[in-house]
Parts: sequence; structure tokens; C-alpha cells
Amino acid sequence: MSQEIIEVAGETAQQGVSRRGFIKGAIAASAAVSSSNYLFRSNGGALLAQTPAAGAVERLITVNVNGRSRRIDVPPMETVATTLRYKLGLTGTKIGCDRAECGACTVLVDGQPHYGCSLLTHSVRGREVTTIEGLESEDGTLHPMQQAVLEEQGFQCAFCMSGFIMNSVALLNDNPNPSRKQAAEWLSGNLCRCADYDKILTSVQRAAEITRGA
Amino acid sequence: MAVIRDVIPQLELFQPSSTEDAVALLAEHGSDAWVYAGGLDTLDWFKDRVKRPRVVVDLGAIESLREIRSTPDGLEIGAMAKLIDVVNHSEIQSQFPALAFAAKSAASPQIRNQGTIGGNISQDTRCWYYRDGWTCYRAGGNICYASPPTAMNREHCILGASRCVAVNPSDTAPVLVALGASMVVRRGRSERVVPAEEFFVGPEIDIERMTVLEPGDLLTSIRVPSTWAGTRVYFEKVRDRDTWDFPLVNVATAIRQDGDTIQDLRVVVNGVAPTPVRLTAVENAIRGQARNEDTATRAGDAAIQGVAPLTHNGFKVNLMRNLVKRSIRDEPMTA
Ligand SMILES: Cc1cc2nc3c(=O)[nH]c(=O)nc-3n(C[C@H](O)[C@H](O)[C@H](O)COP(=O)(O)OP(=O)(O)OC[C@H]3O[C@@H](n4cnc5c(N)ncnc54)[C@H](O)[C@@H]3O)c2cc1C
Ligand code: FES
Ligand code: FES
Repeated sequence: MSQEIIEVAGETAQQGVSRRGFIKGAIAASAAVSSSNYLFRSNGGALLAQTPAAGAVERLITVNVNGRSRRIDVPPMETVATTLRYKLGLTGTKIGCDRAECGACTVLVDGQPHYGCSLLTHSVRGREVTTIEGLESEDGTLHPMQQAVLEEQGFQCAFCMSGFIMNSVALLNDNPNPSRKQAAEWLSGNLCRCADYDKILTSVQRAAEITRGA
Repeated sequence: MAVIRDVIPQLELFQPSSTEDAVALLAEHGSDAWVYAGGLDTLDWFKDRVKRPRVVVDLGAIESLREIRSTPDGLEIGAMAKLIDVVNHSEIQSQFPALAFAAKSAASPQIRNQGTIGGNISQDTRCWYYRDGWTCYRAGGNICYASPPTAMNREHCILGASRCVAVNPSDTAPVLVALGASMVVRRGRSERVVPAEEFFVGPEIDIERMTVLEPGDLLTSIRVPSTWAGTRVYFEKVRDRDTWDFPLVNVATAIRQDGDTIQDLRVVVNGVAPTPVRLTAVENAIRGQARNEDTATRAGDAAIQGVAPLTHNGFKVNLMRNLVKRSIRDEPMTA
């Protein structure tokens, strides 16, 4: 397993990625080694060691996450949420139900909200994935939706929060001034176990205000 | 029983970029292969390890399958058009608003961004005994766990059961049947066009399938003829919550009127039987009559002739009667 990943990093370097990028890649790779030990513990080798048949997808692929190209080793049936959390260390994306029901894993793919738990990483090659980690600007300024959540104390346990924020960001891009009803409808594929819906909708309204400069 | 683990077992994944390549792969791998569209029904089966194909053919890279285009006879909707594409398509909105409305009523926004119309009509049933991996008739066994008096069968059949009492859960299917659509199916070099009414199969024909699609078949598009374009088509869905949820019962009714008189109509319900059901008895009972409260009431009463509810789903009988009645009486709602 670890040998394979070192090779991945080696290939990345050969392809002319900067030294800095390479080091980050290597760090991500070692994170992958330890978390995959936990994830794939039971039958790791047997499940993952086979080589693909002719014409089947290559495991080594490049995905674009938060504006950066990441070259990673992805088994064919790995989901985006798994890749983000356990390969790239982007644990802001949560896995709740793992069944396309709760929305905790919501990420943007080419700007549109998708359930990361129910989307194959091999399906997002050549597309832009945005996660909660990609929202703040270079200088650390929070996205208006993040700021609004702080101001309105939008969540309790906040396990559902990343998903709600990502979906709200897509909503605000589509409609900068949604009514509460429109927001509720758009966010209907996200569940909050603490039932903070009212404050969440208020946060969306506040984000729209912040964007307007109010 | 299904055991939930966190990794999907090793499979070969193919992502062909043309229909030709996809049908060739399906021909080569036969019943070892699984067609993968949006994956939203599929991934549940794989995660639970209830279905374990060796090869997965992902249609996501075949651009031409996602097109929606008008033809001299109506509309041709690519099987890989996403539900959101169907909701937003201007010609669907103007000619067949009930189809856009039904697509918008299905599942959640995230699912509509990814789930396809082809997958929506080909999706498997939601019977939880079956989905949990119990070896029922549909899974090749010789028992139905949902029909005994002690079973949890609130969401199951009130009509058309044959050993298996699971229902078809699609919201777009009944509208496509009402509109007289047909499904274009490729298999190797040959193509066949199957009327929507025959596309869905019940357990009396094949208890392990929901549609005519067999290993090797690829649904390429859905043709919606202009026959009912711009006419009054009513869709309504009732679910447990007024947000994403599968239908308990839904109805799609197309009516062509001459003044007050119902010249012709097609009435279809889903969520009540293993396939969408066209209610020809209702159609025959009110064709040629004035469209009014009285006619609508008679239609509702005719709809429930011969129903056979289970222990916990008697409520669906009234639901179906009232939905059919409303579909005749009320003005259509839109997306
Ligand atoms: C939480 C949740 C809620 C939902 N709620 C609703 C709802 O309220 N109403 C509703 O109607 N649906 C609902 N759905 C179902 C959802 O709309 C379907 O799962 C989805 O449309 C399936 O489409 P897909 O493209 O993801 O199909 P996939 O999962 O990829 O495929 C589904 C099945 O169809 C077959 N298939 C797909 N495309 C083809 C093709 N072109 N040729 C041959 N075979 C094909 C596949 O082999 C597979 O067996 C819900 C799903 C979930 C997960
Ligand atoms: S974790 Fe993806 S929808 Fe719940
Ligand atoms: S704040 Fe706890 S689940 Fe939403």
C-alpha cells in the first residue's frame, strides 16, 4: 500500500509539479496511508491490489479540488467523500448516512451541489470540486455564508453544517436574494438532526445581506 | 442479511465515451455487467453488497446520451438527461409541464442534479426487505417477507401483486405512460422501441426485474410523442413529508377536451403496484362525459375496483380514489 502511494508522489514530481506541491502531495499521501489502514483494514490487500482489466479505468487520476490539481490513487468504486476525507485530509466534508439521504457530505461539482457520499471520484475527473475548505479567500476572509453562520449561531452540534453551508453557497450563487421559502426548498436535501432549520434559514438571509453590504 | 461495510468491493469500472463502446462492453460482459447512470440507486446496492456485479459500465462520459431534442414527432429525451435537465428544459416546460413537475417532485435537489431520467424509470423497488438483502422472491428466493399479516407493508401494493408485493417508486414513470412515451433500447447492433406501458414488467412476467431491460440492454432515450403536447395533463404525488420522499401514491392524467366534454384521456397511477398502472376502466367509464365533480367522483370510485390492500396500507385505497378524482376535476399544478 505505502509503496504504491510513494510511486504516485514520484510520478507527480516527474510531471513537473513544483517542489512545494510535491511535498504537500507526499504529506497527503502519508495521511492516506494511515487513514486507509483504518478504512480498509479488514481486507485491504484482497480488495485493492488487483490491476485493472484492459480498457477499465486507471487508478491514478487527477482531480481538481478547491482550485488545485491533486494526483491520487483511487480505486474504481471510491466515493468523493471518502477521497476527500481519507486521501486528501479534507475532513470538513462529513459522512452522515452514506446513502444520499442526509446531505452532510454535500460538495459543489462545477458549482452544483452533489452528495459526495454517492458520487464516484472517477466521475469528477476534469470537473471542479469545491469543499468547505475552499470557501475562505486567500487572506482568510470567510465566505459570507460562513460569516453569517457565526453571527447567527446557525448550528448546534454542527455535524450537518458543512453540507448546509455548501448547498447555501450554491443557492446564493443561483439566487442572491432567496426568500425563506425558496431557501427551505433548495436546502430540502439536507437534514439537521438538531433541527436548527430556523436559524439555518436566518443564516442564509444574513449571508444575502452581507453580500449586499448591509 | 446485508452487512453494512464501508468499502465497495473491487469491480472493474469502464467509462466508455460512446454508445457503441457501451453496448459492446455490455454484450461482452452479459450478466456480469451493471449499467451505471447517476449511481444513486446503484451505490446503495453496492455498499450493502446485496448486488455484486463484476463489471460496471458508467455512461457518464457519453455526451450524446444526455441530449434532449425535438423531433418531427415530439421530443427525444436522452436516457442520461439529469432530472434537473428535464425540470429546466424550456420545451418540456411548455409542451409537457407535468413531466417537468414530476421530475421536480422526485427526490432532493442534490439527487436531481445527478440522477438521470433513464435511471429514474429503471430504478429498483424500495421494499426494505428486498433492499436489505433478504432472500425473497425478487431476490431469487421463495418467500415474500412483506405480505404476511405481521409484516411492515405500509408502502406496498394494493393492486397487481403476484407473490411479490413491492411497488414501483418512480415519479416520472406514470407521466411517461400517460403521455404514451416509448423507450428506445439498444442491444448489440439492434435497436427496439418499447411502448412505456410494456417497458415496466410485473412479477407475473418476471419477478426479478422491474422493466424489460435485460443484461446487455442499454436504454438510450425516451420518445415523447406530440400526441398530448399542450393538453391538460395533471400530476400529483402524495408522500409522508412535504419535501423529498418517495411517493405513497402518485397520479398522472392526460385529458383532451372538446368544450366540457372529455374526448379522450389516459389515467395512470404509481406507487400502488409493481408497475405504473394504466386505469383503462376509469378511462372507459368517463370518456365522452362532461368534466365535472360528478364525473370525477365516478372516476375515483371506478379506480378502486378490485384493490387488495395488505395489513397496513388500506389508506392507499382512499388516497388513490381521491387522487384520481382530483386529477379529473382540478387544474394541473406546475413546477
Ligand atoms: C434518498 C433518495 C430519495 C429518492 N426519492 C425519489 C422520489 O421521491 N421519486 C422518484 O421518482 N425517485 C426517487 N429517488 C430515486 C432517484 O430518483 C433514482 O435513484 C435515480 O433517479 C436513479 O437514477 P440514477 O441515474 O442515479 O440511476 P442509477 O442508480 O445509475 O441506475 C438505476 C438502475 O437503472 C439502471 N439503468 C440506469 N440507466 C440505464 C440505462 N440507460 N440503460 C439501462 N439500464 C439503466 C441501472 O443499471 C440501475 O439498475 C430517490 C433516490 C434516493 C437515493
Ligand atoms: S452522507 Fe451523503 S447524503 Fe448523508
Ligand atoms: S446542528 Fe446538529 S445536526 Fe445540524
